[in-house]
Amino acid sequence: LLPQLLLRRRPAPAGAFALLARPASSASGGLPPLTTEIHPGIKRGAFSQLTDADLSAFEAIVGGDHVIKDADEVLSYNIDWLRICRGQGQLVLRPKTTEEVSAIVRHCNKRRLAVVPQGGNTGLVGGSVPLFDEIVISTSRMNSLLSIDPVSGVLVAEAGCVLEQLDREAASQGLMMPLDLGAKGSCQIGGNLATNAGGLRLLRYGSLRGTTLGLEAVLPTGQVLDCLTTLRKDNTGYDIKQLLIGSEGTLGIITKAAILCPARPKSVQLAFLGLDSFQAVLDTYRLARRSLGEILSAFEFIDSESMRAVKQNLGLSCPLGEHSFYVLAETSGSNETHDREKLDGFIESVMSMDGCATDGTVAQDAGQFAHLWSLRERIVESLLVDGYEYKYDVSLPLADIYRLVEHMRTRLDGRVIRTAGYGHLGDGNLHLNFTTPKFDAKVLELIEPHVFDWVRDRRGSVSAEHGLGLKKSQYIRHSKADFAVRVMAEVKRLLDPNGIMNPYKVLPDE
Amino acid sequence: YIHIINKADMAASKGLKILVGCKRVIDYAVKVRVKPDRSGVVTEGVKHSMNPFDEIAVEEAVRMKEKKLAGEAVAISVGPPQSQETLRTALAMGIDRAIHVEIPLAQLEKLQPIHVSKLLAKVCESEKPDLVILGKQAIDDDCNQTGQMLAALLDWPQATFASKIEPSQDSKQLRVTREVDGGLETIDVSVPAVVTSDLRLNEPRYATLPNIMKAKKKPLAKMSPDQLGVDLQPRQEVISVEDPPVRKAGAKVESVEDLVGKLREKGLVK
Repeated sequence: LLPQLLLRRRPAPAGAFALLARPASSASGGLPPLTTEIHPGIKRGAFSQLTDADLSAFEAIVGGDHVIKDADEVLSYNIDWLRICRGQGQLVLRPKTTEEVSAIVRHCNKRRLAVVPQGGNTGLVGGSVPLFDEIVISTSRMNSLLSIDPVSGVLVAEAGCVLEQLDREAASQGLMMPLDLGAKGSCQIGGNLATNAGGLRLLRYGSLRGTTLGLEAVLPTGQVLDCLTTLRKDNTGYDIKQLLIGSEGTLGIITKAAILCPARPKSVQLAFLGLDSFQAVLDTYRLARRSLGEILSAFEFIDSESMRAVKQNLGLSCPLGEHSFYVLAETSGSNETHDREKLDGFIESVMSMDGCATDGTVAQDAGQFAHLWSLRERIVESLLVDGYEYKYDVSLPLADIYRLVEHMRTRLDGRVIRTAGYGHLGDGNLHLNFTTPKFDAKVLELIEPHVFDWVRDRRGSVSAEHGLGLKKSQYIRHSKADFAVRVMAEVKRLLDPNGIMNPYKVLPDE
Repeated sequence: YIHIINKADMAASKGLKILVGCKRVIDYAVKVRVKPDRSGVVTEGVKHSMNPFDEIAVEEAVRMKEKKLAGEAVAISVGPPQSQETLRTALAMGIDRAIHVEIPLAQLEKLQPIHVSKLLAKVCESEKPDLVILGKQAIDDDCNQTGQMLAALLDWPQATFASKIEPSQDSKQLRVTREVDGGLETIDVSVPAVVTSDLRLNEPRYATLPNIMKAKKKPLAKMSPDQLGVDLQPRQEVISVEDPPVRKAGAKVESVEDLVGKLREKGLVK
């Protein structure tokens, strides 16, 4: 009786307790424009066309029920979560086993048919949907949890397992998944690995490059690469799985993963602070690292424009007054008394520091905890309500982070509904977003390449965690030396001689 | 035990003295697990917080202070040493001082509303509140008894399942709107009285940092059941605690043909 009633009286938190809702059709109404219309310069590669013989071959591999040709069904696989891309794929295949994936890819390689691996389709750079008529290979049916070892903490799962469900399973063994992001209700672990997803707790648990112990993948030739070890240490030869992690589906399709899960914390505390300058945010961060030290598990900042979006567009309420910035500082540890003492010490310091936070709160129960996190996790969703969203995700030296936001806000003054800045301050990662009622090419021109040039000039990364996908592949040299890019191209040629695996993505057209 | 207050106009008086009950319970978002020996549920290492209905009671007391209907608000909790944290939360929300009736661990599991109401009644003898607000029920046992029992022990009027508390027309009593099966019922009660809070009474505030810091310095008095002269002899014995029966898993089918086939198999369609 009680839990449902109680949850009803607080605004429904996304992420933790609900699937991330797909946004309604964009304000312009109906479907996004075809990606080929937005990027007319990209030409279809020299791939074959789908024939009836191909369809029969696929039906023989996965069964007729899992070969999707119906235009209405196929449409949803062609549109990305942000609704800024629409591909023209005609076919979706849904294999159940690694063997089926291998057979499909082998056939496509022989026939020179282009493919796009797709997990939860929550990527933000257009990397998970077709551009032309690439065949979508969906991992959604490969959703078995294979094993969890409560002693070593190693979890082995198929690529199509949804992150939030894996976290629930891990919880039953006193463990947790080492990553957490707003898309957790929909994203799949294969996609997380393919994009080297970061998220809210990278600060504490590190990146997937460290927590992935092994994986199994199907290479573009159809061969199965078995690197699925569960060993913590294995220095025998080149670590090929690292090539696949973060390759965004361009070097192969990940089919299984072995992840090292940390112990689930017994005590999680959350402080939410209101601050009036970015310098205060940086000072608070330094204080957090000193006073909270090893129990700090997340440090996020939100600017006033982002908070306004969440309040206006989603109707969420903020328990603090109006401030220029808000900070979420979370701690995770094994001893509640010890952690609360540390948090009390942190709060005392924060309140006595000059110009620092005087307005803030500490979550008293799980409901408040979820609500406060939703103010950060649902910013993306809230911005989509404005209409069309231009998303940027950059790494910068801490002092420069908000300078970029202010600079772009001035540059785009009057041309956009809002310029919102927020992100993983602890990782030096800014999420910068602009919104307009509908897609506006002139606004895009004002933003790109200017914003990337600004970042390059300060030796930052033009894509901290979202990846390059389709949308940023042309800017790779802003953050990587030319020779490095050429070595990448060699690796791509080696593993994918026919270039069928997720073409037009990650590496620039050359 | 009779406690008569000056029936002066409530608005002109110094304000009511309110006693608020807070219980420390397993946080409502936690998935509760039964102990393997089926003697109870696992509480060790599990997140606890203030009973949500008690949060609402605390919020109401603080609001009444802000509206100058109340002069002093005191929180009380009957429980283990960790109940102090629950009281600190109440203090951080705006309560003036707190009382902790500490129950030794051995007796905690056998504590029942009958005991708690007797302890509260004793405290009311010395504190002499004008109004006691309790949560309508605790989310761990769902008893919904303590408020009613307390009113009976004190021979005070009770207004349970309150969704609104305000001064009556003539300001000499409290007008309480109650949530009942048929809808809403409005009654006038004279003070002193016992009121229990229901979900729609209010939405509890977040504790602000300055108040969290101030709460540390607010008085928190400790008492024992012996001092209050209450016998905690259990009247009930828990025989076993079990999970509700597990729902049998359904079967997922891959196509419409499969579905029709399965329905036919089970004789549900011809």
